[in-house]
Amino acid sequence: MASVLERVTEIVSEQLGVDKDKITPETSFVTDLGADSLDTVELVMELEEEFDINIPDDAAEKIQTVGQAVDFIEKGQGGE
Amino acid sequence: MSRRVVVTGLGVVTSLEQKVDALWSALLEGRSGIGPFNNIDTSDQKVHFGGEIGNWSTEGYISRKDAGRIDLFTQYAVVAAVDAVKDSGLDFEQEDPFRCGVVIGSGVGGINEIEAQVTRLVQKGPDKVSAFTIPKLMPNAASGHVSIYYGLKGPNFAVATACASATNAMGSALKLIQSGASDIVVTGGTEAACSRMGLAGFANMRALSERNDAPTKASRPFDIDRDGFVLSEGAGVLVFEELEHAKSRGATIYGEVLGYGASGDGGHITQPNPAGIGAGRAMSEALKDAALNADAIDYINAHGTSTPLGDKAETVAIKRVFGDHAYKLSVSSTKSQLGHLLGASGGVEAVISLKAIKHDLCPPTINLDNPDPACDLDYTPNTPKERPVRVAMSNSFGFGGHNATVIFGKAP
Repeated sequence: MASVLERVTEIVSEQLGVDKDKITPETSFVTDLGADSLDTVELVMELEEEFDINIPDDAAEKIQTVGQAVDFIEKGQGGE
Repeated sequence: MSRRVVVTGLGVVTSLEQKVDALWSALLEGRSGIGPFNNIDTSDQKVHFGGEIGNWSTEGYISRKDAGRIDLFTQYAVVAAVDAVKDSGLDFEQEDPFRCGVVIGSGVGGINEIEAQVTRLVQKGPDKVSAFTIPKLMPNAASGHVSIYYGLKGPNFAVATACASATNAMGSALKLIQSGASDIVVTGGTEAACSRMGLAGFANMRALSERNDAPTKASRPFDIDRDGFVLSEGAGVLVFEELEHAKSRGATIYGEVLGYGASGDGGHITQPNPAGIGAGRAMSEALKDAALNADAIDYINAHGTSTPLGDKAETVAIKRVFGDHAYKLSVSSTKSQLGHLLGASGGVEAVISLKAIKHDLCPPTINLDNPDPACDLDYTPNTPKERPVRVAMSNSFGFGGHNATVIFGKAP
């Protein structure tokens, strides 16, 4: 089973059309990858689906980077 | 003296060929772009074939990210527009963006996106409906994205008149330039309705040919054995430009846009008027707009969809408008090879009409083996016909009773 980071990286790569090797935990969706408001909504939806979780709007607003997304998902799943 | 409008760039996406010169050669050879559907499952449908775009790729045109944000019909439009603009030699960096418009028609809009998102709505609930649903499905997305691609800031809109969309769009483009509002308009039509719902919807109207055992023989306009149209998809986009603007930059000119006419049937939502009253009115209005007598027309690229009623009504209309000259001009329906690209058809057929003018050659109507006695004009059966093509007319008629005609002439 791929790690949460690998799975998030896969989704971000697919959704925003960037090569996986350009994506690190520090990568910001808006500043580094040029995501607009629609991309952000779509990305959150994809993450919810992939990890079968619910990301409330106020939490979604705070997820700005790949690492922050991974943190939220790991905590949501009980984390390590 | 009103401003004259010429065509300086052509671009197409069709199931037969995706480049203009290759398409023209294929049409002259009488090849068909119709075959079994592979992109969608048709096992439970009445009709299993059409003119879908196989092996579609936007590579070299649209980034991976942007391609995911736009429906197929918009992808076709952008690719055809980029080819047309390249062909025109225009560098939009050197143009006043407010003088450059986009008018691209689509009959149906983003039906693939609608189907995908309705499925998500039903299966997963409203929270899972994509944020891109609306900007992907709207029929004006094609015009919007072409303008975004080049940063064009002139008049920008879509025309949705079903199968007349592209021709009504080109008419609007002509008027924008003639009136002085724009110098350049990227125009034409696009469609991507070879989807499960699109196919089922048209098939259940009994509008489509059901010749499943011989797809390449199914589109047979004006033939006695025709049984409906063949559903196709793609795009035809042209660059319309004010004559002096085109001359000043030494552009290659394919031909002049001489006139445009439009009308409504005001009768039935899908059936054509049997006497072709509206169709004839569009043709006569276009002649008037071009200040031409009927006998100036050498070639008509007919709407000719291969439906029993439509081909007959168009023939009646041509005979009424042209009188004796109806038997002297050449007619053909290139839908015999391409099928019916719906809102894109007028764009592709305008491209073909301009090639006919350039080469003094009428492309054939294939599969015309036994002409319907009610269809007694020269439809250029099965082989191309060499003849001077100084002026060509292109007809498009759409559900809703929309009739549109454009007239093209030789480069001035």
